[in-house]
Amino acid sequence: MSITNPATGKAFRWLVMLLLSAIGGWLAYVMLVLSRSPAGLGDQVAAQLNTTGVGNPVTAVLLNFRGYDTLLEMAVLLIALLGVWSLGGLADYQDTAPGPTLDTLSRVLAPMLIMVAAYLLWVGADAPGGAFQAGSVLGAAGVLLQLAGWRLGDCFSGMLLRVVLISGLGLFILVGAGLLLIGGAFLQYPPALAGGLILLIETAATLTIGATLAALFLGNRPGLGPKKADPEKTEPDHGNQHP
Amino acid sequence: MSQPFLYALVGVGLFVLGLYALIIHAHLLRKILAINVMGSGVFLMLVALAGRHPDAPPDPVPHAMVITGIVVAVSATALALILMLKVYAVTGQTALDDEKPN
Amino acid sequence: MLHWAFDGLLGTGLLWLAWRALTTPDLFKAIVLFFSFGLLMALAWVRLNAPDVALAEAAIGAGLTGALLLAALARLDTSNQPANPVTGDGESDLVDH
Repeated sequence: MSITNPATGKAFRWLVMLLLSAIGGWLAYVMLVLSRSPAGLGDQVAAQLNTTGVGNPVTAVLLNFRGYDTLLEMAVLLIALLGVWSLGGLADYQDTAPGPTLDTLSRVLAPMLIMVAAYLLWVGADAPGGAFQAGSVLGAAGVLLQLAGWRLGDCFSGMLLRVVLISGLGLFILVGAGLLLIGGAFLQYPPALAGGLILLIETAATLTIGATLAALFLGNRPGLGPKKADPEKTEPDHGNQHP
Repeated sequence: MSQPFLYALVGVGLFVLGLYALIIHAHLLRKILAINVMGSGVFLMLVALAGRHPDAPPDPVPHAMVITGIVVAVSATALALILMLKVYAVTGQTALDDEKPN
Repeated sequence: MLHWAFDGLLGTGLLWLAWRALTTPDLFKAIVLFFSFGLLMALAWVRLNAPDVALAEAAIGAGLTGALLLAALARLDTSNQPANPVTGDGESDLVDH
């Protein structure tokens, strides 16, 4: 097979295998040791769960205990999109007209996916689900629409799109700063308000994650790609216009 | 030997497999695939360790970290793919040249 | 007993699919194998009592990542044919620099 680097010699390959089996054995040993260590943070999370405003421990960790992680994660998404946009200038996918099956399917599936995303977002407070899952379902809807040939209209691909893309990170920081102003610590919600604040942040995060993933799939900055004629980027929450 | 430990071992295997493919393959798309497999291995190890106590409910902190990690991995993959397409557009090759570092 | 058999089968399947995805000569096949790898990963998360992670993986690992990879592969393939008028003008001014 010529799929590997032809410059890689056989001796080198054996050396790599030897080193990697050493790494693998060492990792397996670490797993064995760690799997016997005492309990992690599960009990502490369970003990504090009633102050978080949500009933799902994973959502509580993501949005409350480790809010910083999620905040920075939104920043990573935004930076990745900025990187893709600044590298832009790729040709758009070829606009072969989608067949009737894909066209109909996208019209039926996209609203359902948006509904599933809303359900996941809402149910995430007390059951498996949440902003990330909902956002990725929304992103999948965006990808499906783009594959079927839909592109975001000009009136949506300007300021409105950018506001959606930044709202997750922006609202997160605004809430954190607001809590600082009323005398709390950054992202340390008062228990009475926690549920509402988390839902607010999660809603914005869902929209941002969905829009960012869909934009990452397209790869071009809307309206500024090499082909000026294409209004680009689908974002499933607003009315799309067929090209 | 418990069920989570079995999955931790599978995670180790995936990590090593991905690392091997990352070193051996020259094609950038294959390197990106390999990094994704390595990431899956790390996630599997984390979640398996989270459920290491069969009686207690699993630790939610690694679960949250893995969910964050999955989303970060997909955005990094998207960026890496665009970089690969740019390399291809400029050099006409899908692999980086070792000989001429410039 | 039965759950051990299932876990063993799932683990072996994961490793085998990963190996196939990383060594198949055909890139398209490799990406499709990676798709199925993501689906099996979602099953593994369910087995590990992590339904939140399973939902995220099912949407992203099995769907979005594969779509991104296939789209990039399609762009590699279409740029292989310079006669193509659609991708031609998009790429040419980049190659000239």
